[in-house]
Amino acid sequence: MNPRILFAIAGRVLVQLRRDRRTLALLLVLPCVLITLLWWMFKDTPVFDAVGPALLAMFPFIVMFLVTSVTTLRERSSGTLERLLAMPMGKLDFLLGYGVAFGVVAAVQSALAVALSVGFLGLDVQGPVWLLTVVAVVDAVLGSALGLFVSAFAQTEFQAVQFMPALVIPQILLCGLFIPRDQLPATLEAVSNVLPLSYAVDAMQTLTSTTATADVWQDLAVVAGFALAGLALGAATLRRRTP
Amino acid sequence: MVKNAVEIHDLHVVRGRRTVLEHLDITVGAGVTGLLGPSGCGKSTLMRCLVGVQQVAGGAVSVFGDPAGSSRLRDRVGYVTQASSVYDDLTVDENLRFFARVLGVDPAHVDRAVDAVDLDDHRDQVVGRLSGGQRSRASLAVALLGEPDLLVLDEPTVGLDPVLRADLWRLFHDLADRGTAVFVSSHVMDEAERCDRLLLMREGRIIADGTPTEIKEKAGAGNIEDAFLAIVRGAAA
Repeated sequence: MNPRILFAIAGRVLVQLRRDRRTLALLLVLPCVLITLLWWMFKDTPVFDAVGPALLAMFPFIVMFLVTSVTTLRERSSGTLERLLAMPMGKLDFLLGYGVAFGVVAAVQSALAVALSVGFLGLDVQGPVWLLTVVAVVDAVLGSALGLFVSAFAQTEFQAVQFMPALVIPQILLCGLFIPRDQLPATLEAVSNVLPLSYAVDAMQTLTSTTATADVWQDLAVVAGFALAGLALGAATLRRRTP
Repeated sequence: MVKNAVEIHDLHVVRGRRTVLEHLDITVGAGVTGLLGPSGCGKSTLMRCLVGVQQVAGGAVSVFGDPAGSSRLRDRVGYVTQASSVYDDLTVDENLRFFARVLGVDPAHVDRAVDAVDLDDHRDQVVGRLSGGQRSRASLAVALLGEPDLLVLDEPTVGLDPVLRADLWRLFHDLADRGTAVFVSSHVMDEAERCDRLLLMREGRIIADGTPTEIKEKAGAGNIEDAFLAIVRGAAA
């Protein structure tokens, strides 16, 4: 691993994003708009307090999954990845460079979403507010890691986008947003126990309901573990030699 | 001191059920070596082998005494793929600065590389808005960054203005004079005369190897295109 190369890649990804104003605006504004919509829908009911935290966990995950799978696919098909792999770049430099860049974007994105939810929409948070952002960043890195892995199995951007419903929607359905996870049928509960988004949502819900943070760190560790495993799988799909 | 920049022994590449390269034995030395042959004859695959990004079925490729693709070689070999592998949404300058940081070379190299490919006027333009020829020159500039000892260029002059093409060939010879081994592919036969040494390739095999003059004399032809035809027909007869 080489920090110079890692930060060169992270910097380049951020410059590319900055140039793509529309994507950047969507990344930052859309979560806020959707959260506001939800708050409005459930005005004068306690529902927003119950689902708000889950949304804060979902956005960074979904968005980073999409952005990463498409950008790395582009990198694979344009030949820039082949060129980088023929240079003194380690696979980890590449993966972590992307991780750092999207982690930064996720931090800004969730800082905005958290500030809006807590500051203006009255979301009740018992635990430390900054920890919400930490969970969101780890969650974003998880999305990036999975997106990266998936990009190896897609030939076109169209296919890459189709992986979203396949890999992400089941996690949304089972993460405790619609029904608490312990009320799911036993088999589905077992499935939800091995899905990373469940832990991210648990962490957010714990943060909003209690001041104790021990469980949050535990959930966070699980999400981070999944993210690392995703990066390792992603690294396995980055091959210097291709047919 | 290793005499040849590249030594290829019994290289065999199979893609799916098709044999792409058939038991090649090639050496590439100093100077400008041209690899000429029609589209689809295996030129790009051979170049990918030199850089170490091609899965091979058998044989050995060594570059400066190390197996192709070894980590020690990665800052000594410059590589330009056929598709211009630069970022469309970055400017020429941003692209070069990024790759310079990855290679760990001084930013001053960026200016020299931009000059060498004559892109000074388009430095701050986003690559996606450049013409095809300008884009491939931006891609070539990246390969020049680290002052590599071996340059592997896959059809770098396709679609370029003849004046610019002549400039680039002069650049290749300048680099070769300064000690870089330059390995260039082309499917345009009239570029053959500009090489110090030629390899003619067809259907995954090298059918002729020598200086342009040697190849023409041996085939009894006035130009390389006719020599190519004569060799292919001679083999078929």
